[in-house]
Amino acid sequence: MSDKKQIDAKGYWSATIRLTLSLLAIWFVVSYGAGILFRDFLDQFSIGGAPLGFWFAQQGSIYVFVVLIFYYCFAMARLERKYGVED
Amino acid sequence: MDWTLFFVITTFALYIGIAIWARAGSTDEFYVAGHDVHPTVNGMATAADWMSAASFLSMAGLIAFLGYGGSVYLMGWTGGYVLLAVLLAPFLREFGKFTVPDFVGDRYYSDVARIIAVICALFVSFTYIAGQMKGVGVAFSGFLGVDFNVGIVIGMVIVFFYAVLGGMKGVTYTQVAQYCVLIFAYTVPAIFMSLIITGNPIPQLGFIGNAVGEDISMLQKLNVVVTDLGFQEYTQTNKSMFDVFAITGALMFGTAGLPHVIIRFFTVPSAKAARLSAGWALIFIAALYTTAPAVGAFARINFIDTVNEATYITDDENYEARAAEIEAAGGKPVPTWYKTWEKTGLLQYEDKNGDGIMQYRGPAAPDGVENEVNPNRDIFVLANPQIAQLPAWVIGLVVAGGLAAALSTAAGLLMVISSAVSHDICRRTLFKDMDDKTELRVARGAAAGAVVAAGLLGIFSAQLGFVAQVVAFAFGLASASLFPVIFLGIFWKRMNKEGAIVAMLFGLISTFAYIVYFKFGGGTPDQYWFGVSPEGIGFVFMWLSGALGIGISLATSAPPQDIQDLVEDIRVPGTRQSHGIADADMAPSSAD
Repeated sequence: MSDKKQIDAKGYWSATIRLTLSLLAIWFVVSYGAGILFRDFLDQFSIGGAPLGFWFAQQGSIYVFVVLIFYYCFAMARLERKYGVED
Repeated sequence: MDWTLFFVITTFALYIGIAIWARAGSTDEFYVAGHDVHPTVNGMATAADWMSAASFLSMAGLIAFLGYGGSVYLMGWTGGYVLLAVLLAPFLREFGKFTVPDFVGDRYYSDVARIIAVICALFVSFTYIAGQMKGVGVAFSGFLGVDFNVGIVIGMVIVFFYAVLGGMKGVTYTQVAQYCVLIFAYTVPAIFMSLIITGNPIPQLGFIGNAVGEDISMLQKLNVVVTDLGFQEYTQTNKSMFDVFAITGALMFGTAGLPHVIIRFFTVPSAKAARLSAGWALIFIAALYTTAPAVGAFARINFIDTVNEATYITDDENYEARAAEIEAAGGKPVPTWYKTWEKTGLLQYEDKNGDGIMQYRGPAAPDGVENEVNPNRDIFVLANPQIAQLPAWVIGLVVAGGLAAALSTAAGLLMVISSAVSHDICRRTLFKDMDDKTELRVARGAAAGAVVAAGLLGIFSAQLGFVAQVVAFAFGLASASLFPVIFLGIFWKRMNKEGAIVAMLFGLISTFAYIVYFKFGGGTPDQYWFGVSPEGIGFVFMWLSGALGIGISLATSAPPQDIQDLVEDIRVPGTRQSHGIADADMAPSSAD
């Protein structure tokens, strides 16, 4: 193989880990956080006719999950360009 | 009936047509559809692969009964895709082989680890597939008047066609067609019901909107209605917060660890495509999963509206004459759909107070009246179109959709089972010098055998009636046994063979024992560890299994340099090289 053409593999990997952790933090907050742990607090607010915590558990978290994955794709493509990692 | 037959035959003909068109010519095509499926197409196939008879038929009904408690399924079965996208899928694709045991066996340089992974994969898949075949039987017997077992055999023949002929390639393209059928079949009745109950055609908006002609929201109305009858408030649950947390976790990590979902990501061309594909999969899944809570809430309202306080009409009476009589007297006759479904045994009415009127009550009814109506949860999606008095073609559509959901998932599971036998056991463990042609023949044979085994399992488990119970196994085992070793295998180079074997065995045995004890061994809820029910225990054992794996690895020697290099390679796209003897002849065709 045309050996690793000056790829900063270490830098790429630690940037990937940082991105992954921050996305998982959001993942945790919208589902376990808003939908379960802090639901009672959030339920005093409402979105349309649904209590907010309940809505996060049955609707909101799913929308955020979708956005998270597409943002991940976008951010990883940017990282790959930055570190010269070709797929 | 005519419409149902029409939709079922048309869709089945479509699936067979695709199967003949997409025949597999090599093991590469048979296992991973040649690694060249477009990310969006794979996303759609993954969605159908993932959404089973349980998602399509049972989930909305479960939510209708559990209210907020049903959220565990919604968050659990979608949140797992975030884990897949960021923790597993792209790296496993970069690793570039065919199966989950492939990864475990190579990464942990051990055939023992490979075989344990095969056992986990087979166990999870067989548990799951029994439920799919049962769903096929229910759809056929409930709607087409076909015997339950004959229904299963028809389903087996269809799956046989595209799984045995086409392998993963055939399965992929039929799953795309099945997704289109099932999502259309799910949303059409939901839109009708949303219009009727909330006046808004979009169920996700109707869900948070007002009930038609009232000042209060649909959910508030539902809360009032159910508490008046003595049920738990719809937006609350009686499960402990920790239990809800644990069940959600087990479903999420279990989803990410399910072999039939993971192998779908081997079919795309690159790690980048695998990430994108997970996003598309979740969009297609979310289309159904954000509709389901609306369907559940609408179904609960409809059911109470039409059944509670209705005057019962026995089978001996002339329904139409009696119904007209009741209406003339200002009463509400039992609806026709109820009489139709009563025959299936999914609905039961017992006139405890002898007044001939159907009282539907919860455990804490304020008026002290005893409950007389027992609906099965599966009734809701199936009977919904009739409950809402939708046209006959909608009902036919729902049947075709339910069959699509069951068959697509069954096919994905069959691929896991057949590749575990032909690839992991035969080619990689027992007969290492087997050539490609022979392996393809064995793979087809294994797929055929697996179809028959799955059908028999469906037929027998229907009589045992514990399928719903054992599905807890699939997720618990996937999260406690497979997820930790795959995750650590990618993110922690130091994880070694000893750690992986112990972790998998611990996860498998502990979760298995806990579920068996509480589901079949007479354990009672007050004995739950930390109040965690069997559905959620996989989440607890997952952490223990991971911790144990780390501990054992640190106490034993580090993995060989080759393996550590392999791990570095799969982390960075495009740097994958061949490592070690086992890897050499199996190196992925790079630069594709």
